[in-house]
Amino acid sequence: MLVTILDVGIAGLLMGGLYALIAMGLSLQYGVARVLNIGHGEFIMLGALATWTLHTVYGINPLLSLAVCAPAGFILGYILHRTLYKRLMATSASPGIFEGNSMLASFGLLFIIQNLAYLIWGTRYKAYSYLAVPVNLGGALFPANSLVTLGFALLIGVVFYIFLVRTRIGKAIRAAAQDASTAGLMGVNINRVLALCFGLGVAMAACAGMLISMNYSVFPSMGMEYTVIAIIVVVLGGLGSIPGSFIGGILLGVIGSIVTYFDAGLALVAYYVIFILLLLLKPTGLMGK
Amino acid sequence: MNWRSLALKSFLLPGVVLLIVLIIMAALPSFGSKYSIIFLSTIFMYIVLTTGWVMFSGPTRQISLATAVFFGIGIYVAAILGMHLPLVVMVLVSGLISSVMALMVGGLTLRLKGVYFTIFTFGLLELIKNLINWYEVTFTGTRGRFVVVVNNNTIYLYMLAITGLTLLTAFLIRRSKYGLALQSIGEQEEAAAHIGINVTVMKVSIFAISAFFMGAAGAVMATRWTYIDPFMAFNMNYSFTPVLMAIFGGVGQLGGVVIGAIIFAYLEQILITQYPYYYMLLFGLVMVISMLFLPNGLAGMVQKWRARTVGGGNVHS
Repeated sequence: MLVTILDVGIAGLLMGGLYALIAMGLSLQYGVARVLNIGHGEFIMLGALATWTLHTVYGINPLLSLAVCAPAGFILGYILHRTLYKRLMATSASPGIFEGNSMLASFGLLFIIQNLAYLIWGTRYKAYSYLAVPVNLGGALFPANSLVTLGFALLIGVVFYIFLVRTRIGKAIRAAAQDASTAGLMGVNINRVLALCFGLGVAMAACAGMLISMNYSVFPSMGMEYTVIAIIVVVLGGLGSIPGSFIGGILLGVIGSIVTYFDAGLALVAYYVIFILLLLLKPTGLMGK
Repeated sequence: MNWRSLALKSFLLPGVVLLIVLIIMAALPSFGSKYSIIFLSTIFMYIVLTTGWVMFSGPTRQISLATAVFFGIGIYVAAILGMHLPLVVMVLVSGLISSVMALMVGGLTLRLKGVYFTIFTFGLLELIKNLINWYEVTFTGTRGRFVVVVNNNTIYLYMLAITGLTLLTAFLIRRSKYGLALQSIGEQEEAAAHIGINVTVMKVSIFAISAFFMGAAGAVMATRWTYIDPFMAFNMNYSFTPVLMAIFGGVGQLGGVVIGAIIFAYLEQILITQYPYYYMLLFGLVMVISMLFLPNGLAGMVQKWRARTVGGGNVHS
């Protein structure tokens, strides 16, 4: 019994770490830049497929490919915000309208990225084996790659939190999250900060993609599932709250693991039920204002 | 020019033209090819879904992604009741069940602001899809269902009738006090509430009306596919495509909406079997470009262009 609880709990943590990382990226994009990026999962997919290509074609260690994927993701996101979303921001009459418009534009991005990926990588599921050795944790066996995933997710989460709390740019990001226009009046270069947030969000998605490719098979249409999970976690944690996203991610992972233990087919259903109840009863989430 | 002749000019002439078009369309099965009948049915489907979407999301400015939910409910009603009911009754029942669903969902969630509502409708689609899939796999043992077969001409005529009714309803609502009330909710919800408009009732009712047509269209189209499963019926593309068609065509005008639907239905028809990825890529590109450069869609662009040529130098834009 104890072993089962430990088993389910640790499996949940492993999932949760990944969910937390994915959600933190979206939280930056939605909470600060006000772009509900429905294409978030597509950047995860790009990261995953790029890692797969680097590993299987060029023989590069998946963890090292991070050095390529994360900066590339950041630059892509930064440019996207400076061109697409900045223009939308200028043409939208109110923040509410911008939220709608930017969401619709990210739908467009979703289709563009996903189908470019189909044209480049084809429809086949792709996987490679890396660190797939079992590790004994208190009587239960876990593959080393999922432990590395959890470690990485936690590391990125903590580093990012320190960055937000301790640095000047971090302060500017937090100010922009509270009130973008006032932050602008206080001398924060708001367009740059928002683009930075969007870029960081994409970079986190790319990292998550790299970690996912170590554990699961990857394919061009994999993104949507992760987008949905990211949205649920962001709402669960409270829109715009980075610590909320982190805690929400871990929590959802554990819930998912518990439901999967009873009936694997119901895990996604359980996520949606939580999500819908949350929207109806407490739309501000766990840590929202 | 007095009011009556103006009314005559603006209602009667287009009305007569539309009637003639309708008669020709209704007679098409007797002389058109089988291919054109099937193709037009698909175009009708998209017109119904897009007009239905615009009926609610146009004036209220709340982006709904529940189109596929109501369409899918229609499909499932057809699959479950199709063998037991005559086609007309089945289509009506599908529409009504979708409407009731919309009433429930709308009553619960239309108080949610902005993107929360959108996220909710998006989640709802996935919830229903996964729930039905889980139910079918666990209790019936098979994922899909067979649907009663109906011949292509009947499908065509039903879709034509539903399209006509949808457009007529959308047109009449726009011209009515009810439509104006909806419009004012979209402009400024608090102000609308202050002048005595019951915001929730208005929003929920238009949501239910639009869902009726989506459900009815789903029931008819299901008979054409003969076999359905949760992933076909509750396909997210039925939520996305109408949004794109409407935005590309121009949400502000019914004509634009219909043109947008026809253009993309046509593109889909010629591209999707041979170049599916290029079609979806084009789909995404047009979406982004429309958001950036066509704020009022094709219809808005035509209007602007017309104002510039007819109005001479009077219009600054």
